[in-house]
Amino acid sequence: MSEIPHLLVHEHADNVGVVVVEGLTAGTDMLCCVTHDNSTFRLTAGADVPIGHKIALKDLKDGDTAIKYGEDIGKIIADIPKGSHVHTHNCKTKRW
Amino acid sequence: MSKYSNMTFMGYRRENGRVGVRNHVVILPLDDISNAACEAVANNIKGTMAIPHAYGRLQFGEDLDLHFRTIIGTGANPNVAAVVVIGIEPGWTQRVVDGIAKTGKPVWGISIEQKGDLETIRQASWKAKEYVHWASELQREECNISELWVSTKCGESDTTTGLGSCPTVGNMYDKLLPEGIYGFFGETSEITGAEHICQKRAINEEVGERWYKMWKAYQDEVIFAHQTDDLSDSQPTKGNIEGGLTTIEEKALGNLEKIGRTSQYIDILGPAEAPQSGKGLYFMDSSSAAAECVTLMAAGGAVIHTFPTGQGNVIGNPIVPVIKITANPRTVRTMAEHVDVDVSGILRREMTIDQAGDELIDMIRRTANGRHTAAEALGHREFSMTKLYRSA
Repeated sequence: MSEIPHLLVHEHADNVGVVVVEGLTAGTDMLCCVTHDNSTFRLTAGADVPIGHKIALKDLKDGDTAIKYGEDIGKIIADIPKGSHVHTHNCKTKRW
Repeated sequence: MSKYSNMTFMGYRRENGRVGVRNHVVILPLDDISNAACEAVANNIKGTMAIPHAYGRLQFGEDLDLHFRTIIGTGANPNVAAVVVIGIEPGWTQRVVDGIAKTGKPVWGISIEQKGDLETIRQASWKAKEYVHWASELQREECNISELWVSTKCGESDTTTGLGSCPTVGNMYDKLLPEGIYGFFGETSEITGAEHICQKRAINEEVGERWYKMWKAYQDEVIFAHQTDDLSDSQPTKGNIEGGLTTIEEKALGNLEKIGRTSQYIDILGPAEAPQSGKGLYFMDSSSAAAECVTLMAAGGAVIHTFPTGQGNVIGNPIVPVIKITANPRTVRTMAEHVDVDVSGILRREMTIDQAGDELIDMIRRTANGRHTAAEALGHREFSMTKLYRSA
């Protein structure tokens, strides 16, 4: 891969990806890579998101399940537009 | 035969046949009030190391058993050549000496009552000096990679640990467990959210059921019995959240990447218990706090620890070299002195997990040969006992 990806996604089933570059700014045309098979796609960042934090790969609705590693990682607790930051303000564990 | 089958390192073969990668002469306190005497002996005799700790008085039952298992296991670890034990009274001091003596290594104990610190320090210093002369003449010999016992636990995790550093450790286990190494993983609380997956990674249903029972008991007896609020500020931790981890489920799934794609655990260990079922991977029921977990695994017999970190945990251990692996480029940039293996190339897609696993195996071999880890060079010697309940 000649261009360095901005966002990594574990599995095709996932609806969130992880920012892997520092200083990502809103409006960036991100190269996204699915690590499972190294396939790529593009997505526009909707916000400045720090390295390590997640971005929604599609529009998510309050009550949806966040999927990463192809697994349930918690519930979405606010509507999240595609490209936006996903973290503790809009996603929560189902355990406690 | 694989390309790892003929890999060797230079280690210290101990009296019981186990192989160590360090050659410590340890001055070991039975209890908290013997720390001062141990530290004085270690100051007198160069080439020895005191391991002070906070407990050992008025413990009872299962908690006392764990105390003895941890202290004896630490002294018995093959990275330790010889041990001087100091305790306040002779009975429990002798119990530690007898436990360590089962390995066949030199061990000697002394108690402080009826002598005082100064006379104890005088006698113990003479014995420690004798042990240093003896241990410093021991020679390393060539050993096969299969003779290593390698533990893992991650810390200050973030989303990059699940993408890079944890799969690197998993790849190492997938390659070296078939060669015959012993492996340890644990962190009972942090499997929460991925317990259904962890149970399936047991070698058979019976072991998986025992694992689930152990995990459930922890949930019921520790978490649900003591929680006062939503645990979302403790699991994930503040550092985890800063690093982008949102939920315990997400953290657990990343954590479990440390056992790779094909590895299966063959048995379950209580905290600080030594494996009894032969070579293979073991789950140790353990805290997820870094120093406690590494201390327990070292007491169980691990001689090298592999530690994936995201945001940059700085932990070390007195007797076991702790190898730090990170995939987070910001941590590589801001905390370079703590990083032994930089796998940030995985995030840039310049390095595969397979290549990263080989780099880690090479660092394990070099560390076993004697290379000091970042934590050793920086003097990190965290030794933290796990306590099950209040002392009497």
